[in-house]
Amino acid sequence: MQITKKKSLAVAAATLMAAASSSFAFTPAVVYDQAGKFDKSFNEAAYTGAERFKKSTGIAYREAQIANEAQKEQVLRNLARKNVDLVIAVGFSFTQAVQTVAAEFPKVKFAIVDDVAKGANVQSVIFKEQEGSYLVGMAATLASKSKKVGFIGGMDVPLIRAFGCGYTQGAKAADAKVEVVSNMTGTTPQAFNDPARGGELARSQFDRGVDVVFHAAGGTGMGVLQAAKDKNKLGIGVDSNQNHLFPGFVLTSMLKRVDNAVYQLMLDGQKGTWKPGVVTMGLKEGGVDWALDANNRKLISKDIETKVNQAKKDIISGKVKVVDYRAGNSCPVK
Amino acid sequence: MDMIFSVLDATLRVSTPLVLAALAGLFSERSGVVDLALEGKMLAAAFAAACVAYIAQSPWVGLGAGIAAGMAVAMLHGMVSITYNGNQLISGVAINMMVSGVTPVLALAWFQQGGRTPTLSDEARFTAIDLPFADAIAHSPALKTFFGHNILVYLALLLIFVVSWVVYKSRFGLRLRAVGENPHAADAAGISVKGVRYMAQAVGGALCGVAGAYLVLAQTGAFIQDMTAGKGYLALAALIFGKWRPWAAVLGCLIFAFTDAIQIRLQGVELPLIGSIPDAFIQALPYVLTVVLLAGFMGRAVAPKAIGVPFVKSR
Repeated sequence: MQITKKKSLAVAAATLMAAASSSFAFTPAVVYDQAGKFDKSFNEAAYTGAERFKKSTGIAYREAQIANEAQKEQVLRNLARKNVDLVIAVGFSFTQAVQTVAAEFPKVKFAIVDDVAKGANVQSVIFKEQEGSYLVGMAATLASKSKKVGFIGGMDVPLIRAFGCGYTQGAKAADAKVEVVSNMTGTTPQAFNDPARGGELARSQFDRGVDVVFHAAGGTGMGVLQAAKDKNKLGIGVDSNQNHLFPGFVLTSMLKRVDNAVYQLMLDGQKGTWKPGVVTMGLKEGGVDWALDANNRKLISKDIETKVNQAKKDIISGKVKVVDYRAGNSCPVK
Repeated sequence: MDMIFSVLDATLRVSTPLVLAALAGLFSERSGVVDLALEGKMLAAAFAAACVAYIAQSPWVGLGAGIAAGMAVAMLHGMVSITYNGNQLISGVAINMMVSGVTPVLALAWFQQGGRTPTLSDEARFTAIDLPFADAIAHSPALKTFFGHNILVYLALLLIFVVSWVVYKSRFGLRLRAVGENPHAADAAGISVKGVRYMAQAVGGALCGVAGAYLVLAQTGAFIQDMTAGKGYLALAALIFGKWRPWAAVLGCLIFAFTDAIQIRLQGVELPLIGSIPDAFIQALPYVLTVVLLAGFMGRAVAPKAIGVPFVKSR
C-alpha cells in the first residue's frame, strides 16, 4: 500500500513538473489526417520531418490523428489549449479548420502545409510544383524512346495546369522536338478519384505512341501507373515517392518535400524566426524534388541523372526560370 | 486507322461495367423497384473484391466476394423497399452514401493506406487473356479489337444474351415483367410478388458485384474511395435510354463508352478545318449526345407501370 501511494505521488509530481516545463520550453505539434501516420504519403512525410527535428534538437513534439472529418477543429483546439506553441496541419483539407481555430487562439502559432489559410498567426507553406515537374519532364523525355511523353491531370484547375506546364517545359528543354500529349480527367473533384478513367486516359496516350506518362491526379493516378505497368510503359508518380508502387515501371516521382517543410517550420518556431504569412518552397528551399531510390535506380541512366541534376542546379542558381502557369494563366510551351 | 481500333478497344473496356450495372438495374426496375443503389452496390463489391483478392491472392475468390457484397447490399435495398415498403429512392440514395462512407473507413482501419487497399499483384487480377484461336483468325485489325481482353469482358458479352433470354423467354422473366407492370394481377395469379422482387434484387446484386469487381480486378488493381465515380448513375441513364430493354440499354452503354473514348482522344488535338476545340466542349460531348439521342431519336420512354410503388396486398 505504502509503495503504491509513494508511486502515485511521484507520478503526480512528475506530471506537474512536465506540465510546468512544457509551458516554458518550445513544444510543436503535428496533426495527421485520416490517412494515418504511415500512409506512405503526406502524413508519413510530415512524421519524418518531425522525427528529424526531434533528433537534431532533442525537443519532443506532440502528435494527434483525426479519426474523421468532423474532428479536425476539435483536435486543433485541444492542442492549442494544451500549451502547444506551434500546431502544424498537413494538407488542404485542413485549411478551413486552421482558419477557424487560429482565430480562436491568437497566441498560438499555426501552420498549414500545401495550402493557404488566412490568419494573423498562421503560416502557410506552399510549393513550386512547376519546378519539380520540370525535372521529371526532363527525365521523361530522356527516358522516352518514341520521343512522345504524356501528362494526365486530375481536375482541370490552375494548380494542376501548373504541373502540366512545368512538365512540358522540362520535356522540351531536354529535346525541343519531343511531343507532349496532355489530358485532363475532368472538371469536378471526382476527377481525382477515378482510377478506371485514369487507366483509360493512359491507354489512349499509349495508343498514340506515348511511352512515359506523368500523372498529377491523386487516386486517378493509381490507374495511370497500373496501366503503365500493364502495357510495359513508364509512369511518373506525384506528391510523395510512388516509385515503390510498381518497381521497375515508375520512372521517378515528383516530390513535395512535406518533411522538409515540417522540419523547417519546427526549427523556425524553436529559434523564434517563425513568421506568419505565405512561404513558397521551390527547389532552392528544398520544397520539391525528384525521386531516385532503389526502386527506380535501374531506370535512371547516368545520362539522365547528370542532366536532371544539372537542370536542378540551374534552376536553383536562377539560370533557368520555370514559368508558373498560375502567374498569367498561360503556358509558354505546348 | 489505328485510332479507330484504339477507340473500339476502349469502348469495349469502358462499357463492360456499365453494361453489367445496366443489366442489374434492368432486373430491379423491371420488377418494380427503383434502383438508384447501383452505384453503392458496385462500390461495395469493388471494395470487397479488392480486400479478398488481396488476401486470397486469387481474382476468382475476389470476384466471389464482390458478388456476395453486391448481393448483400441489394438485400438491404430489398428489405427497405420490399419488406418494409419504404421509399425506394431514399433507400437507394442512402445506400450510396453509406457505402461511400463505410468503405474508406474500413480500408483505413484494415490496411492503413489512406483509405486505399493495397495494390494487387498480377496473380490476383484478371489480366488480358490470349484466346487459343485468336492468332489464327485475327489477321484483320478489326478482329484484333475483339481479342486480348480480360475474361470479364467476354463474360459481360455472354451475359447480355443470357439476360435477354431470361427476361423475355423464361418463366421467371414473365413473372418479373408481370410483377413490375401489374403486381396485383400477378398476385391474383398466385405469384409471390415479394418473392419475385427479392429474386430480382439478388440477381441485380450479383451483376453489380461483377461490375464492381471488374473495376478493381480488371481495370485498376486497387480500391480507392468513391472509385465508381458515377458509373452507377450512368448505367441507370443507359437503362432509361434503352426503355428498360436489355439490348437497347446495352446500346446506350456502348454509346456512352464510345463517345467517351473519342472525347479522350480529341482533347488538345488539332482537327482539320476546325482547329483545336476547347476541352470543356469536348468533355461535354457524351452528355450532349445523350440529350440529343434521348430527346430526338428514342421517343417516349415508358417505365414499368408499378415502378417505385411498394406492393401492398389487396384484401
